[in-house]
Amino acid sequence: MQSQAEVQIGDQEIKHAQQSEFVSFTVAGQAFCLQITQIREIRRWAPVTILPHAPMDVLGVMNLRGAVIPIYDLAARFGLQQTEASERNVVIVVAVHGKPVGLLAESVSEIISINPEEIQETPQVESRYTMEYIQGIISHDETMVRIINLDAVISAPEQGLS
Amino acid sequence: MSGSIQDTFFEECEELLEAMDEGLTAIEGGDHDPEVVNAVFRAVHSIKGGGGAFGLDELVAFAHKFETVFDEVRSNKVQLDVKLIQLLLRCSDHLADLVSVARDGGSVDEEHNDVLVAGLEEYLGEEEEELTFEPMGLGGPAVPLPLDLEEEKTYQIRFQPLKEMFGTGNEPFFLFQTLSELGTLKVTLDETELPGFDAMAMDDSYLAWDLTLTTKEPKSAVESVFEFVEGLCELSIVSDKDSEDEAAALAALNAAFGVPGESAEPEPSDPFEEPAPAEATPMATPEATKVEAVKPESNKSEQRGPKPTLRVELERVDRLINAVGELIINHSMLAQQIANLDVADLRDVETELEGFKNLARDIQEGVMSIRAQPVKPLFQRMARIVREASAATEKTAKLVTEGENTEVDKTVIERLSDPLTHILRNAVDHGVEKPADREAAGKSRAGEIRLSASHRSGSVCIEIKDDGAGVNRPRVKQIAIDKGLIPENADLTDAEIDNLLFLPGFSTAKEISNLSGRGVGMDVVKNAVTALGGRINISSSPGKGSTFTIILPLTLAVMDGMVVSVADQTMVVPITSIIETMRGSDDMINSLGADGTLLSIRGNFVPICDVAGALGLRKPEGDKPPGVYLLVETETGQRSALAVDDIHDQRQVVIKSLDGVCGNVPGVAAATILGDGKIAMILDSESIIAASPSSATFDSERRMSNAIAS
Repeated sequence: MQSQAEVQIGDQEIKHAQQSEFVSFTVAGQAFCLQITQIREIRRWAPVTILPHAPMDVLGVMNLRGAVIPIYDLAARFGLQQTEASERNVVIVVAVHGKPVGLLAESVSEIISINPEEIQETPQVESRYTMEYIQGIISHDETMVRIINLDAVISAPEQGLS
Repeated sequence: MSGSIQDTFFEECEELLEAMDEGLTAIEGGDHDPEVVNAVFRAVHSIKGGGGAFGLDELVAFAHKFETVFDEVRSNKVQLDVKLIQLLLRCSDHLADLVSVARDGGSVDEEHNDVLVAGLEEYLGEEEEELTFEPMGLGGPAVPLPLDLEEEKTYQIRFQPLKEMFGTGNEPFFLFQTLSELGTLKVTLDETELPGFDAMAMDDSYLAWDLTLTTKEPKSAVESVFEFVEGLCELSIVSDKDSEDEAAALAALNAAFGVPGESAEPEPSDPFEEPAPAEATPMATPEATKVEAVKPESNKSEQRGPKPTLRVELERVDRLINAVGELIINHSMLAQQIANLDVADLRDVETELEGFKNLARDIQEGVMSIRAQPVKPLFQRMARIVREASAATEKTAKLVTEGENTEVDKTVIERLSDPLTHILRNAVDHGVEKPADREAAGKSRAGEIRLSASHRSGSVCIEIKDDGAGVNRPRVKQIAIDKGLIPENADLTDAEIDNLLFLPGFSTAKEISNLSGRGVGMDVVKNAVTALGGRINISSSPGKGSTFTIILPLTLAVMDGMVVSVADQTMVVPITSIIETMRGSDDMINSLGADGTLLSIRGNFVPICDVAGALGLRKPEGDKPPGVYLLVETETGQRSALAVDDIHDQRQVVIKSLDGVCGNVPGVAAATILGDGKIAMILDSESIIAASPSSATFDSERRMSNAIAS
C-alpha cells in the first residue's frame, strides 16, 4: 500500500496540507465515503427496473434524464447484508469510466473535510473485498469512515453480468 | 465535416466512385446512352483532378489511362463490347482500391495494376490506328451521336463571360484556342459594354465575343469546349444549318437566335485533353473539379445531376434523434401526469396534447429520414463482390438488383455490408454451379443472383436469391453429424436442415477456396443480423436455388411494441414478432411430459413459454398459468405462446441500448423509457423461447447448442 502522504483518490493526487471534501454515507450500518468530486448527484431512492438474470448486487436499471443507468447495491457488493428498501435510501450517481452508475446507500450523512495526512492505510484483514474496495480509512468524530476505491468497486460496467 | 481539404476530396471521391459504379452498371445493363458514358468519364476525371492536386501519382496515372479509354468510348472511337465493359468494371474496382489506399495507406497490387493498365492500353493502341478513319463516320451503334459528321457547318457563337468565370481561373483565350482546333475560327471582340475608365469595376466582366466557327464537328463538340465554363458565362451557339425540331420548347427562349439543334445538355468533354490523350495534364484539373461543383445549377437533365445536399456530421443528427426520443418520452409522461390530475374538464388540454403528439411524431419521422439512405450504394458494392467471387471460382454469375431506392437507416446499411458480402460470396461459391453443370441441368450458363430490398409492413426486407443448386440437404445433415453438431439419429425437417447452415462451426465447402470457408460461417451473418434487431431466414429448393431473407427493423431508434406485465414488471414485446394475442382458459392448456405445456389454438398445439420463468423472475409454479398469451413465430417458422400476466397497451417506444450498461442480458434485447419515466425491458422473444425450460419446440436446437458447448 501507499504511504499516507501519497494516497491517491481517483487520478488526483491530494496535495500536502490541502483539504479535500468527502461525502460520507452509511451502507449496511457502516460508514463509507467518496470524494465529493467523484459524485455527480444524489437522488432519492425510487424502485428500479429489475434486470433479469442479474447478480445479487445489481439491483436493476434506472432512468436518469433519458439515460439508462445500472444501480448497484453497495452492501451486496461489499459482501454485507443486502440493503433493505427504505425512504431514507439514496442513489449516489457517480461516473465510472465516463459512464454514469448509481450506487444504493442506506443514507447520506454529511460532508467532511479532511487533510490528506489524516487518511490511514487500510490494515491487513482477511476479507478480499476490504482490501480491494477500501482505499483507506479516516477517523471522523470518533468513528471510522472507509474511503471507497470506486474504480475497483465498479471495475467495468459490463462486469455486473456474465 | 473536418476542415482538411484532403478529407473533403476523399468524401467527394466516395460520391464520384458511386456515380462511376452506377454508370458502369447501367452500361453493363445495356444502357449506352452517351450521357451515362459522360457521367462516368466526368467522375473518373474529377477523381484524377483531385488526386493530382494532392500528388497521388499512382492514382492519377491509373485514372488517366482509365479516363483516356473512356474518352475514346465517348467519341465513338472505341466500341463498347462485353470485353471492354468487363475491363472497365475491373478498372473501376481498382480505382476504388487506389483511392482507399491513398486515404488509409496500404499497398496496391502492382501486378493487378499492370494487368489492367495493359488491358486499357490495348484499347488505346487500337484507337491510334483507327484515328485515321475517324472522319469517315465510324459512329457505331454503341454510342450513336445524332448529328452527321461529314457536313461542314458554320456556327455563330456569342460568348459573354460572367465575372465568376474569371474567379474560377478560366481563360477565354484557351477556349478559343481549342475551338480553333475544330475548324476555321473568326473572333470578334464586342467591347460596347465597356464603361468609361472611372465607372469600371476592376473585377467585373464587360467583354463579349462573337465567334464564327466553320467546322465538320457536330454541335456537341463545339458545346463541349464550353463545358467547364457552363453557368459561368452567357453562351449561345447557333448553327446555320440546324433544323432539328425537338427544340421547340427552347425556341421561345432562344427566339432571337433561332432554334438550336440539341435541347439536351451539351456533350461534356475536356478541351484540354482531347488532342493529347496520352499525356497527363494535371494543371487543368483543379479547375475542372471546381467547375464540376458549379455545374449542377446549369444542368438541364435533372435526374442525372446531383441533388443539392448538405453534409452534416452524423453525430449531430444522432443528437437530434436522441432529443426527439426524449421529446416523445416527455410527451407520454406529460400525458400521464395530466390524466392523473383531478380536473373536471380536460378536453381542451387533451386536444392540444394530441396535437403535440402528432408534431412530435412528424419531427421524429423527419429526423429519422435524415438517417435513412437508399441501399443503392450498398448494392452497387455488392456487384463488385459477385464479380470478384465469380472470377475467383471460374463461374459466371451476375447480380440483378431490385428496389435500390429502398431507404434504410444508415447504421443498418453500414452493418449490412459484411453479412451481405458473405451471403453473396457463398451464393457464388456454393450456390451457383459451374457453367458446364448448369448447362447440363438445362439452365443458362450464367447464374443469376437477385438482390432485392423492399419495405414490408414496418420493416425492411432484403432478399438474396440465387438460381443455383439449392442446399444439398443430405450433405448438410451429414456434415452436421460428422462435426457433432447434431446427434446421429436427429430427425429434422427440411427447414431445420437448411437452418443448420447458421450453426457456428459449419462449413460445407468441399475444398477450402480462398473465397469462402475461412472459418467464419453463416453464424457470423446471423449474429450480425440479429445484432441489428433483424432476423434471417433461408429457404431452398433442390436444383432451383436458395433464398436468404433478411428482415430488419426500419429504424434502430424507435419501434412498435406491446406493453405487457410480467411478474409485476412492465415489459415490451416487439410487435413484429407477435402474430396474435389471446386470453387462455384452463381447458386450452395441455400438459406434455413432466414440464411441457401446450396451448391449443383452434386445434393446433403450441408450446407455452412462461416469460417470467425464462427470465428468472419467478419460480416455476406449474399449476398457475398467467392467462394471457402472445403467439409468436420464430425465425424457423415455429410458433410458441409467450405467457405474460397482462397486456396494457400497444405503443411506439424509443429503444435504449443496454450496451455498456450491463452487457448482454439473455432474453432482453434493449430497454425503453415508459410514460411514467420508468424503464422497461424490451424482450427478445427468440432468446426467451430458446431459454425456456418448457419449450419443446427448440429441443433439437438446444441439443445442438449443448453439443457445441460440450
